[in-house]
Amino acid sequence: MNTNTMSYKLKQFMMFAGVTTFIFAAVVIVPFIYGFYLTFTSWDGVSSQKPFVGLANYLSAFGDGAYWQALGRTVIYSAIAVILVNIVAFILAFLVTSGVKGQNFFRAGFFIPNLIGGIVLGYIWKFVFNRAFVALGNALSVGALSTSWLATTNGAMLCLIIVSVWQYAGYMMLIYVAGFMSVSADVLEAARIDGCTNTQSIIKISIPLMVSSFVQCLFLTITRCFMVYDVNLSLTNGEPFNSSVMAAMHVYNQAFTYKNYGTGQAEALILFIVCAVVGVLQVSIGKKAEVSA
Amino acid sequence: MDDLNARAARNRKIKHAVFMVLLIVLFICFIFPFLLVLINVFKVKGDINSNPLALVGSHGFTLKNFPEAMQKMNFWRSFGNSMLITVSSTIVTILLASMTAYVIVRNKWKACGALFGLMIASMVIPFQVLMIPLVSLYGGVLGMLNHRVTLIFMHVGFSLSMATFMFHGAIHTNVPIALEEAATIDGCTKWQTYWQIVFPLLKPTIATVAIIDAMAFWNDYLLPSLVLGRKELYTIPIATQVFYGTYSTDIGLVMAALLLAMLPILILYLFLQRYIVEGVTSGAVK
Repeated sequence: MNTNTMSYKLKQFMMFAGVTTFIFAAVVIVPFIYGFYLTFTSWDGVSSQKPFVGLANYLSAFGDGAYWQALGRTVIYSAIAVILVNIVAFILAFLVTSGVKGQNFFRAGFFIPNLIGGIVLGYIWKFVFNRAFVALGNALSVGALSTSWLATTNGAMLCLIIVSVWQYAGYMMLIYVAGFMSVSADVLEAARIDGCTNTQSIIKISIPLMVSSFVQCLFLTITRCFMVYDVNLSLTNGEPFNSSVMAAMHVYNQAFTYKNYGTGQAEALILFIVCAVVGVLQVSIGKKAEVSA
Repeated sequence: MDDLNARAARNRKIKHAVFMVLLIVLFICFIFPFLLVLINVFKVKGDINSNPLALVGSHGFTLKNFPEAMQKMNFWRSFGNSMLITVSSTIVTILLASMTAYVIVRNKWKACGALFGLMIASMVIPFQVLMIPLVSLYGGVLGMLNHRVTLIFMHVGFSLSMATFMFHGAIHTNVPIALEEAATIDGCTKWQTYWQIVFPLLKPTIATVAIIDAMAFWNDYLLPSLVLGRKELYTIPIATQVFYGTYSTDIGLVMAALLLAMLPILILYLFLQRYIVEGVTSGAVK
């Protein structure tokens, strides 16, 4: 059989990848392009008309103070959460690869929050912050605990950060564990013979050899934190006084609550560009720092 | 020398003891929110309000939160919807992605390169950028929202890129081309070769993709909440959210609903823990 004809190639391609191409185009490519088109219209979500408005949506996005506040808040939240997640995850990974008994049990335990959706996690922590901590504060007469943290502006942000760290640390821990395992025992043995202490060998050998794990974890945490929605919705729902509305929630409300689809889509694109720039910058800086043994 | 060894051994013991204490403290920090739900779910509302930290409430142990919460959140219906959507989306994703990866790895055609390139590039697009045009297209233009099939279609569409990428790596490194050539000589068509030779060799990757995608589909909230607006189509995360919105003052019921929402996946984790941890790690490290 001649396998070099156009019709053979087309038949093979359609047989194996035809359905994939169709679904992928219908769910990702077409909506992505259509999204660009939407930003130039003032669709309200109901009417069949999509009046063309030029750059008006981008202008209103740039003039939308609440959006830029939400974006700024998201950047601050992400910066703190990303750093804390990675510190906690690294410490956890170090502890569960140190050779103590029950390592696998602990690994499995720290991973549990990742099994459960953000909506449920947010509600659980809402109960913890609103009821359990308050009850504990009253019982021990600790003033800082006796009113709910979720009721204050800074407190709500702090709660979001705590829950994010708790949620993602176990997952990132697994990546750091894989990193620790990939550092060859020979190199560590050689360092020990040369007189390296444990701390020195972590700082001078393990961490430099694990740069790719850091790059990967940072990328995953940055993209997830920038796009946070589920936990935001169930834990704070933007309260108190809209002070904890993150960028993704603002985009959602702009489109589906206030029916400004065009402006919402323009704001979503800006959020995506900010997130992509930070992510790519981080990866390219990180790649330069990579070394091999 | 013996003395030195003994001292090293003692130091290691002390170090391990310190690590163990640290791990236990951290473990309790990670687990206590779940434990709080677990102790409060067996209390009546008044007992939870008066002291959420007590192991047992003054009115004693009760199971009555469960049937009421199950009925009010329409638990079995939502569970069935979640199961149906998760299982079918996962199976379709695996079949389509592995087939696509196969044709891409084994042929240097332009169409393959273009498709694969687009898929890789699309992995950076966050869902939030696509949700508004999706609702506008499938809701406004096509009128296809409020069907479970539409949600399955979208779940598959969003996960195909990552899954194809993982199968691509697996076929590239783990499937020897000599095996396929032998099958061709024996008279197998490409289609037969794929299903009889290649697909069975992909089992480890199939398991990884199944775990990652099934967990993502089961827990997803935003996409299902946009697609499924009718009560009888709700998945568990949406049912939990709506339930909380309606009954947030009835804290005993909320505890039961949260526990019910977590239980299926926790039970699964109990049995498949090793595979889940391994699957997620190998999926992330790729």
